[in-house]
Amino acid sequence: MKPAVFSYLRPTNLQEALTFLEEYGEDAKILSGGQSLIPTMNMRLSAPAYLIDISRISDLNYIKLDGDFLAVGALTKHKDIENSDLVKDACPLLSEAIRWVGHTQIRNRGTVGGSIAHGDPSAELPCVLTALRGEIVIANVDGSEEVLVPEEFFLTYMLTSLQPEQMVKEVRFPIIPQESGSAFVEVARRHGDFGLAEVAAVLDIDNEGHLLNVKIAVGGVNPTPIALEQVEEYLIGKKLTDEVLRQVSDLTQESVDPESDLHGTAEYRRELAGTLTVRALKIAVERARGGEKNV
Amino acid sequence: MSNKVQVGISINGKKVQKQVESRLLLTDFIRDECNLTGTHLGCEHGVCGACTILLDNEPVRGCLMFAVQADGCEIQTVESLNHVDGTLNVLQQSFSDNHALQCGFCTPGFLMTLTHFLKDNQNPTENEIREAISGNLCRCTGYANIIKAVQQASQILQKENSNCSVVSAQ
Repeated sequence: MKPAVFSYLRPTNLQEALTFLEEYGEDAKILSGGQSLIPTMNMRLSAPAYLIDISRISDLNYIKLDGDFLAVGALTKHKDIENSDLVKDACPLLSEAIRWVGHTQIRNRGTVGGSIAHGDPSAELPCVLTALRGEIVIANVDGSEEVLVPEEFFLTYMLTSLQPEQMVKEVRFPIIPQESGSAFVEVARRHGDFGLAEVAAVLDIDNEGHLLNVKIAVGGVNPTPIALEQVEEYLIGKKLTDEVLRQVSDLTQESVDPESDLHGTAEYRRELAGTLTVRALKIAVERARGGEKNV
Repeated sequence: MSNKVQVGISINGKKVQKQVESRLLLTDFIRDECNLTGTHLGCEHGVCGACTILLDNEPVRGCLMFAVQADGCEIQTVESLNHVDGTLNVLQQSFSDNHALQCGFCTPGFLMTLTHFLKDNQNPTENEIREAISGNLCRCTGYANIIKAVQQASQILQKENSNCSVVSAQ
């Protein structure tokens, strides 16, 4: 199908984009890479009267270190994250997850801000951001900014707390210390498709192999990606024995509430979430022990 | 406000200036405004990959872009691949030799994806080829012959490149 008629606006800086948003608000949509928005327009699931194409606002395209964070501008493309040595070094979990985002063709156009603002519960970046307890920087029309954490930002399927006159400006991923281990695992029907379930994990171990600072999130099995807080608490101070892993799988399955669709039943997804959590933990512990940091 | 926009795009080395509707998809611009019908439209929501083209030398989905977004960019379509005398290039010939197509609808997308892939990776493993074409669907033959074609093309390209470097070393 073809998209409905719209008026096209191409601001050259952030302030101009925000002014357009102030003027057209609910009738407008921000267009950056368009890899999520244009399919919905092609299928006429969405028909905004105005498209504000922010793709030429070059100051929103950056990857840099900022205190304890890896700060990524909203217009940074997935492929730039994939090719960045800085990301590999500061946040290997993000490097690993980004390869699961769509196909090469999609990663060449799709942007970080777009993925976050779209709020797809099975998308990879929201899951990574949730696991790491990252931050989302939002620009307001008056020039002020707000910083939100994932559980404030992601509300439910494809719905975020972003107001019509606000825009995602930056996404902040906490830097992962060199001695930590992390892992991102996913099961999708075809490489590059949306995951049936996915798990992001990061943790430390002490000299005896006891777990510290465990952070895990699961995506694709709830209306938003969720941090598995119960599992995290349970794991602190423990070693990954078979019994502990069985318990982790059970706790994970209790924490998720998946739905059935033509790709898989709720029961299958629930079990998958448990299995993937166990798998991610094993890989992350291996890497924390000094195994290979990147796949 | 008018819904018409002015776009200037270089397609296969030729500059095209047009006034078009802002909602015109890039693929429709290429097919209907430029009469380059080699680029195919399949699903129109970014799954099948038939519309893959090179935008500033990188493969993208033509159906997930508006023509106006490509304003000022360079595009290569499947029509850019064959030689000036009309003969097939190495990749196209390998597709032909290995029966890597049946109905041919998906072929332009495969060729454009693989043109970029073989530039970066001259000696790909079968797994790398499979991952490279994971964004392109074929519903006739499956992928076995396409993979054979890529392997043949990469061998020929490697040989050609090593000959070139011998020549330049002399």
